[in-house]
Amino acid sequence: MTDYLLSLILFTPLLGGLVVMLLPGENKPLVRRVALGLSLIPFLLALVAWFGFGNAPEADGFRYQQQLTWYAAINSSFHVGVDGLSLSMVLLTTLLTPLAILASFTIEDKVKPFMALFLALETGMLGVFLSLDLLLFFVFWEIGLVPMYFLIDQWGSPKGERELWKGMKMPSRRYAAFKFMVYTMAGSLGLLLAIQMLGVVSGTFDLIVLFQSWPSLTGSLFGLDIAQVKSIAFWAFAIAFAIKVPIWPFHTWLPDAHTEAPTAGSMILAGVLLKLGAYGFLRLVLPLYPEQAHQYAPVLALLATLAIIFGAFSAFAQKDFKRLVAYSSVNHMGFVVLGIAAAAYAAGTESATIALNGAVLQMFNHGISAAGMFFLVGVIYERTHTRNLDEMGGFFPLVPVYGGLLILTSMASLGLPGLNGFVSEFLVVRGAWPIFTAYTALSMLGLLFTGAYILKGISKTLHGPLNEAWNKKNLPDINRRELAVMAPLVVLMIWLGFWPAWLLNVINQAVVAFFG
Amino acid sequence: MTTETLIWLVPLPPLLAFFLILLFTKQNNRLSHLVGVGAAFLSWLLGMLVFVAAVATEHFGEHPFASSVGWLPLGGDTFSIGVLIDPLSAITLFFVAWTVLMIFIYSIGYHNFGQPKGDHDVPGLPPHGAKVDGHKVPSIEPLYARFFAFIALFAFGMFTLVVSDNLLTLFVGWEIMGLCSYLLIGFWYAKPSAREAAKKAFMTTRVGDVFMLLGIVALYSATGTLNFREILYDNHMLMMLASVDSGVLGLSAAGLIGLLLFIGTVGKSAQWPLHVWLPDAMEGPTPVSAMIHAATMVSAGVYMIIRMFPLLSAGWHAGGDLTATMTTMAFIGAFTALFAATIAVTQRDIKRVLAYSTISQLGFMVAALGIGAYISAAFHLVTHAFFKALLFLGSGSVIHGVEHGVLHTGEDIDPQDMFNMGGLKDKMPTTFWTFLIGGFALSGFPLITAGFWSKDEILADAFANGHMAVFLTLALAALLTAFYTMRQITLTFLGKPRSKSAEHAHETPRTMTMPVTVLAVFAVAAGWVGIPEHFPLIGGLLPNWFHDFVGGTLFEHPEAVEFNMIPLLVSLGVALGGLALGYLVYRNASAEDPLRKPLGKLYTILENKYYFDEIYDRIFVQPAKRFAENFSYLFLDRDVIDGLLHAVARASFSLGAIFRNYFDLPVVNGSGDFTAALTQRFGRILRRVQTGSVQQYMLVAALVTFGGLFYYLFRVLQ
Repeated sequence: MTDYLLSLILFTPLLGGLVVMLLPGENKPLVRRVALGLSLIPFLLALVAWFGFGNAPEADGFRYQQQLTWYAAINSSFHVGVDGLSLSMVLLTTLLTPLAILASFTIEDKVKPFMALFLALETGMLGVFLSLDLLLFFVFWEIGLVPMYFLIDQWGSPKGERELWKGMKMPSRRYAAFKFMVYTMAGSLGLLLAIQMLGVVSGTFDLIVLFQSWPSLTGSLFGLDIAQVKSIAFWAFAIAFAIKVPIWPFHTWLPDAHTEAPTAGSMILAGVLLKLGAYGFLRLVLPLYPEQAHQYAPVLALLATLAIIFGAFSAFAQKDFKRLVAYSSVNHMGFVVLGIAAAAYAAGTESATIALNGAVLQMFNHGISAAGMFFLVGVIYERTHTRNLDEMGGFFPLVPVYGGLLILTSMASLGLPGLNGFVSEFLVVRGAWPIFTAYTALSMLGLLFTGAYILKGISKTLHGPLNEAWNKKNLPDINRRELAVMAPLVVLMIWLGFWPAWLLNVINQAVVAFFG
Repeated sequence: MTTETLIWLVPLPPLLAFFLILLFTKQNNRLSHLVGVGAAFLSWLLGMLVFVAAVATEHFGEHPFASSVGWLPLGGDTFSIGVLIDPLSAITLFFVAWTVLMIFIYSIGYHNFGQPKGDHDVPGLPPHGAKVDGHKVPSIEPLYARFFAFIALFAFGMFTLVVSDNLLTLFVGWEIMGLCSYLLIGFWYAKPSAREAAKKAFMTTRVGDVFMLLGIVALYSATGTLNFREILYDNHMLMMLASVDSGVLGLSAAGLIGLLLFIGTVGKSAQWPLHVWLPDAMEGPTPVSAMIHAATMVSAGVYMIIRMFPLLSAGWHAGGDLTATMTTMAFIGAFTALFAATIAVTQRDIKRVLAYSTISQLGFMVAALGIGAYISAAFHLVTHAFFKALLFLGSGSVIHGVEHGVLHTGEDIDPQDMFNMGGLKDKMPTTFWTFLIGGFALSGFPLITAGFWSKDEILADAFANGHMAVFLTLALAALLTAFYTMRQITLTFLGKPRSKSAEHAHETPRTMTMPVTVLAVFAVAAGWVGIPEHFPLIGGLLPNWFHDFVGGTLFEHPEAVEFNMIPLLVSLGVALGGLALGYLVYRNASAEDPLRKPLGKLYTILENKYYFDEIYDRIFVQPAKRFAENFSYLFLDRDVIDGLLHAVARASFSLGAIFRNYFDLPVVNGSGDFTAALTQRFGRILRRVQTGSVQQYMLVAALVTFGGLFYYLFRVLQ
């Protein structure tokens, strides 16, 4: 089974989506339950992969490898495999998808296509993490866009308009979906060209070969010095991933997309899709362009610091609860990038290892807490039909359990020591300090204002005098299904804060083997 | 079980209690407080066992209890965390365990356990009282069970901090307490004032915390470890840190790291300029105030710098010039001590007076550490924890008594305003006597109180080492301390009641008076363990155990300062003088503060705390809000970045329109249309042929056939 385990994980969601399409659409409960059940299969398989990871045969640092002929004409094959880096992301993806599906049980409109698209989306995301072939990577990179576009465009929040310029208005969700799609595609354009160039020059798209051959390539290409070509290709890769992460100033699609997407969409956007960008940096940019990464790392670190600072400030400026949470992702992903930049600059040092450990762990942690935050915002929205913080207030006595969960998740997101976010932020800051001391010090300003926006969210919703518009009837406490969504996330937040070694062990091994 | 195992277990019971109460026993008040108090008791018991074992160990400083496990695998190394009880943490554990247990027990009475539910009480607001047989009586706190959960988590944070063997888990405990203080200051969260106070406490301490975090990572980067023993007990390491230039402000690496860590303490222990949160923290229920201001959180700040003292003072030797970091500490500590004392003189709220006195006393400790008086700082930390917990719990008891009167009479007055009190001595005798002991300890009443011994030692040290500025500032602060303490005692307990409610006040239940009595014993006895050897008459009767024991924490045992009469006389003078003045000024006070007229404008400034809140609001809070909204979000994101994107979109739109209007329509569509039109025209012509009449088709077919035939014959015949 270890030979095709990854293919099973990768394609069960897509097949599941097809199965869902065959169900009778008018029977909504059936569609929902089947979708949930099917989405649990890849999760269980991922657990199998996780627990068997140490014993699975390893080649070139990757386990569970499978290689099939695919595009033989251009030497691109269906090559998948995982190391600790990708496996932790696979675990995150397969865990969050069922939770997001469970979170969308309240969707009444076009349930069948919603669930099918969602499962297709999972395949797209998993493919990016599993691919060991550049072309395959790109294919999955693009596949994930399409379902998300429709999820935002069709099931996004129905209210609101966005004015682009005078006389040009668009429904908010259409605007958000379009911006998300076009922006990412714009980034992909350069990526595709650069990938093709790599493939043509190297005669293969296989990553394991490219990791060896491409960085050591010398001479000249297309009449240009190889270093120049590599610099151009580096930026093509970097910009594509920078848009996805997103790194300041490419981030403005994020608050729109996250805010307008349906709850489950936001959970996955923040929980997994942003990680694709960071993963691209780790898996492709750093190993393929070590010199260029070192050269441009200070730029990256500066942008990361700006993301941390302006992300926090912009979150603090929001009146819309969901947008506040959305901006918090800019702030938190900034730490991931800061860690990556530090590691790129001082590759091979002890600090670089610590920074990378921190960055990968932060990806996982942010996935957990951001998904939790978006879900909790969705819970309130479903009851009150508003996201405006000024219309809330004093909810705590009405929803004590919800309130407790919101405080806990907020604190995890804030990076409170004792919960998961702290460990990773600490490692990133520790790793970056000796390398980019000034930037690390500046980023503390962002960390300070993380506190400000988190407390703003809590105090505007839970605390203060009760807004008279709400009572026990129109604002009931969190229900069982919703608790079931939160429970695994809460357990992970506490467990990872208390004993992060179970995850960090796997990440650390990969970091040492892959970057060491 | 080994002592090390016991140490690991010390913080656990309160953590379990936190989860137990929130998950299972929340609905049952009795069970919840049993779980809470039981957990505090277990931790206390474990703490005492550890303490006794520590005291019984010879040369304990060289052989402390320590044990650790790997926590974070990083590269080839593993970052370990663990527990460490050395002399410093042993005495800290001692006072924390005692005060925490007392505070837990006290909370039962304070939150009116056993009283009926209030008629209009809602969660998030203090109980308003219930009507029973036509009388209004106090009602039980609506979130009674939850309170015990929160303070249990708080206790967990503090115990974790104390037993930690490294800065990282110390920081974990530190921040968990930060969260708990946020939750507890905002316990009555429906009150906007409490909500704001909670946010303010969290944010202000967070300013210090982010600097501290930098200090921690800097230390980790420089040494490769965060373990206390490995850094602080290693002279070689300390010398290295003291000699490396950090490149910032001309500080050594040790100096910079020390300064960053110290800023954490400035936030946590409410030193100027980050002191603003602490007085507002009085919005929380009284046991919380005691927890925050005596037993735990603010003590934690000072504990941390005492712990890190070898690093903070690296490069300094006893009697030599202070390092830049130490000078900063000495200045901030001494300044805060005096500054907060001046504000305390004008406060009317019984708890706020104590809040400012806490800031001031912590200033004493920080200043002591700044001038290298390590033992005195630790000593004052211990005695202060006892007497300040006593005073806070005592003030809570007073408020409780007066609230009872307020409920009884229906008067609309503030039960915390000392000018509404007076004459409570006879109504609440236990509270009075214990409060008197606590107050005298705070003032440094000679010989019998613990506060005298510890404060005297700080003054003696400053004098002996020639830090005259620090000495004089602290002496002046001590004078003011005695003065405002006596003002408080006089206004509250002596004279005649100044309100009907005060007349009807009565003693609080045993669950509240018992803990204050226990603490009163310590407020006296805790001083006896640290009497200097050469003190006139009684010196040497009891060994100076504290100095020998705690001194062992350091690699090099500090020397006791030589005895000198001058600081002793000053110490006696300011304590007794301040107390006497306080009594004389306030014994006949009415509703108006007798100092208001003579002090004039100065009084208003002090009353408004030098306007720090207003100044901070204007130069930090409001600009930050405007920056966030107008610059970061609206200008940068919305106008500049999105504007640019929209411009690109618009350009693409326009380009598209040009293509459509000038190429697509005329050329592409045009040529397409042209083909279509041509076809259509042909079709139209041909249509005439297709009439659908068979005869006509036959005719045409015949004509064509004959025509073809004729043409063929014509060609052949030619």
